[in-house]
Amino acid sequence: MNVMNRNRRQLTVLDLLGRSGDTRTRTPRGARTHESKPDVQDRTNGSDRSVQAWTNGSDRSVHVHTLATKDVSVLYGDHRALQGASLAFDAGTVTALIGPSGCGKSTYLRSLNLMNREVPGCTVEGSILYHGQEVNDGSVDSFALRRHVGMVFQQPNPFRMSIYDNVAFAPKRHGVKGKQDLDELVEKSLRDAALWDEVKDKLATSALALSGGQQQRLCIARAMALRPDVLLMDEPCSALDPIATLAIEDTVRSLAAQGICVAMVTHNMQQAARVSDKCAFFYLGELVETAPTQGFFDNPRDPRTQDYLSGRVG
Amino acid sequence: MAPETSGAAAAEFPVLPVGLTGAADRTAERAAAAPAETPLDPAVLSAPEKRRLERRGKLLTGACVFVVMGAVAALIVSVAWQGLAAFLADGVDPVAFLTGAVWAPHAGEAAYGAAPMILGSLAVTALSCAFALPVSVACAIYAVEVSPSFGSRVFRPVMELLAGVPSVVFGLLGLTVVIPLVADATGTTGYGILAGAVVLAFMVFPTITSLTMDTLKAVPQSYREAALGLGLTRWQAICGAVLPAALPGILTALVMGMARAFGESLAVQMVVGNAAAVPSGLVGPAATLTSVLTMGMANEAPGTPAAHALWALALVLLVMSLVFVGIVHWIGKRAEDRHGTA
Amino acid sequence: MALLEEFNKVAAVPGVAPEAPLLADKGIARARLANVVGTRAMGVVCVTATAVIALLVGALVVQGSEKALDWGFLTGAPQQFLEGGGIGPELFNSFYLLVITMLISVPLALGAAVFLTQYAPQGRVASAAKTAIETLSSLPSVVVGLFGMTVFVIGAGWGFSILSGACALTLFNLPILVRTIQQALESVPRSQRDAALALGLTRWEATWRVLLPSATPAIVTGVILSAGRVFGEAAALIYTAGQTAPVLDFSCLDLSSPTCPWNVFRPAETLAVHIWKINSEGVVPDLAAVSAGTAAVLLASLLVFNLLARFAGKLLEKRMTSS
Repeated sequence: MNVMNRNRRQLTVLDLLGRSGDTRTRTPRGARTHESKPDVQDRTNGSDRSVQAWTNGSDRSVHVHTLATKDVSVLYGDHRALQGASLAFDAGTVTALIGPSGCGKSTYLRSLNLMNREVPGCTVEGSILYHGQEVNDGSVDSFALRRHVGMVFQQPNPFRMSIYDNVAFAPKRHGVKGKQDLDELVEKSLRDAALWDEVKDKLATSALALSGGQQQRLCIARAMALRPDVLLMDEPCSALDPIATLAIEDTVRSLAAQGICVAMVTHNMQQAARVSDKCAFFYLGELVETAPTQGFFDNPRDPRTQDYLSGRVG
Repeated sequence: MAPETSGAAAAEFPVLPVGLTGAADRTAERAAAAPAETPLDPAVLSAPEKRRLERRGKLLTGACVFVVMGAVAALIVSVAWQGLAAFLADGVDPVAFLTGAVWAPHAGEAAYGAAPMILGSLAVTALSCAFALPVSVACAIYAVEVSPSFGSRVFRPVMELLAGVPSVVFGLLGLTVVIPLVADATGTTGYGILAGAVVLAFMVFPTITSLTMDTLKAVPQSYREAALGLGLTRWQAICGAVLPAALPGILTALVMGMARAFGESLAVQMVVGNAAAVPSGLVGPAATLTSVLTMGMANEAPGTPAAHALWALALVLLVMSLVFVGIVHWIGKRAEDRHGTA
Repeated sequence: MALLEEFNKVAAVPGVAPEAPLLADKGIARARLANVVGTRAMGVVCVTATAVIALLVGALVVQGSEKALDWGFLTGAPQQFLEGGGIGPELFNSFYLLVITMLISVPLALGAAVFLTQYAPQGRVASAAKTAIETLSSLPSVVVGLFGMTVFVIGAGWGFSILSGACALTLFNLPILVRTIQQALESVPRSQRDAALALGLTRWEATWRVLLPSATPAIVTGVILSAGRVFGEAAALIYTAGQTAPVLDFSCLDLSSPTCPWNVFRPAETLAVHIWKINSEGVVPDLAAVSAGTAAVLLASLLVFNLLARFAGKLLEKRMTSS
């Protein structure tokens, strides 16, 4: 009940924001404002103009996107799963990647933290920029990138360890030593994922004893323990019931409010509408349309998007 | 400006060691210090210690693979080298080697005819599989199709145990049980191809049966349901739908059994009689490639023509086992080509 | 059967029944008969085969049980021309050789399996390694033994020794061990590995900290089962570990002494080789009793390995899921 109420409240806020006509200037917790309106093109169809705009950004003074891709294509062997996707993600915003099954949205997401490198036979072409720094040319360590770009998977996949060890696992391996530091980090991360109150008395029990929704929030906490500034989520709620889904959505919103840049794949249009600031529609391996969420649902431009939203395809 | 916004959140976090300072914190610092177009400090995106760790792990495990592959290559080269020496260095005629009926490395005029052993090996292999196959298939059908509870609770453990029984124990059983039976029945000493085949049949039985059971289990349940849905009896469903679908797998099982029978040495050597002459019948002393190798190698000094001739027998064994592997692959590939599945 | 009865019931409802009752059809009667006869025949064959195997192996164990339970036999020195020889050194050699073999083959197999599943699951190296391992597994153990003789006994100059035998057994054991560990690693859900990698960990860390702990029960089971195979192997050993068992002096700690049990450069006849040798030579007066006793000890050890493998795997699995 509580969750439902909270969510309804949030929906209203979102609606207001949507109607305000400028989704980019949200001021979560009143803490931050964008100095300049980021030049996310409301209707990017991969045109040269828009690509140039958000890769250089020079005509827009100083803005550099947290994460941006330019003409990213993904090949499995000879099969082209994704063709030339260009998109930008900013701090404090939630971007929903939507589209029918097999449209390349998860493939795209997995390119952003170079996870596709772990898939044999998979190659990623194009440019992936993290704070303006090219990361897809082999010049950076995927290990380093991934601790700044966290990921949450479709199925909750906690390790076979205690709740505490799940969260502390990666920081320990990345060099956090002190017990005090770890304890603090674990608590902070679990609070980020809105799980702390539920598990603070049983941190030593197995993570597998948690419910599906709790496991997924644990996975969020596990990713947040590295203090990333980007969180990639691959259909994080598809294995969960509606209540657990709303809890995750709340978590996502509060993470964005802290300034985290969230990219979330979802096949659920209502979820995209509830959670996201910006939507990107993928269809048959192509990024078709990008727009602020409100405008996207009210007034899709591309006929393929219109067909999809009206249920004619997908 | 976007990156700056994350600074507030980062400030609440516990102090982390330098190596882990979140990118959020750094971007905030950077944003304060320099124009945003300046590329991110490359150090943020490099993790040399992780890269070193990964490289070390890859080297270490790669070395293990290298050792395994090197050992196999050395084995094949070594056997081929010493075996081919019989033909290349000692001038044994390969055709005469394969077809010659006399094996007398120590006679005045040394003769290296491997036909008795090759025939002996083929005979025990063929006979043992002929004995084992029908029983194996019948047992597998019963244990998988008719009474799965008996299959999983009694039969499968018995097969696993039987598969683990060492070959010398089979040889011992051959000596104490099979030889007397054969001797009584035929009025001979009992040693020979027949006794060897019976012992081998017991050895290949668990191999063929287990693999056949796996194959039958892998036949989709829908095949059975489709057959039963057409009004067929269970027996008709087994014979008409399940067995044909499992045929490639059963053939594979048979070939694996043959490979085991062909390469088995001690159990056969103990009961086959060890007389390197062309077998005249199923009873009466005979020899196989493996039995001659087992008996002979102790008596030959390395590097002599007689030793090379023995290595040539080992080479025949090696080639045959590679042929068996090839057949298994061929069956698998053919089934895949036909039905799109392995 | 059940289907037919079902049909019968439907057909028996008045007004629904077809004019000519289906069950009177000759073809169906014949099919029913074939069904009963066929399935019963399979049952008879299967039960008989199980019974014959159990009887044969059981008889051997019973025959040898008197000797196998005799402490003097288990610890005594073997005799060549006298009655009452024991198998003490052989028993020790079998276990010692097994341990040395496992010390060599498990790390090697583990490394190879990790490389093949984590670092290079596809490509030329992987397919070459797969072919090599498959080839090795298909080779007759006598060929492996002869190779061991050439390389370790003669080439390396180790003579007939535990070390030569262990190396030959490693070759014999590697294929099955690599495959078992590979399967165990592959059966850990991919998502576990992805989760670790997405946290910026190396594949090395993902393997050691996440995958291997999860795969441990399956690996332990596989290792113990392969140990049973190694324990009973003889053909690869007769020309590598030798066919003689020096009397062992357990107070001797001089690792170069041939009577020191721990010396890896001494010849070491194992239980399986012992059975083969005394039966080939045929000069031991109480051949049948000693053979049966040795075989019973061998089979009992294998049974223990088998039970241990199941038990250990299940226990580990339980401990890991409950914690």
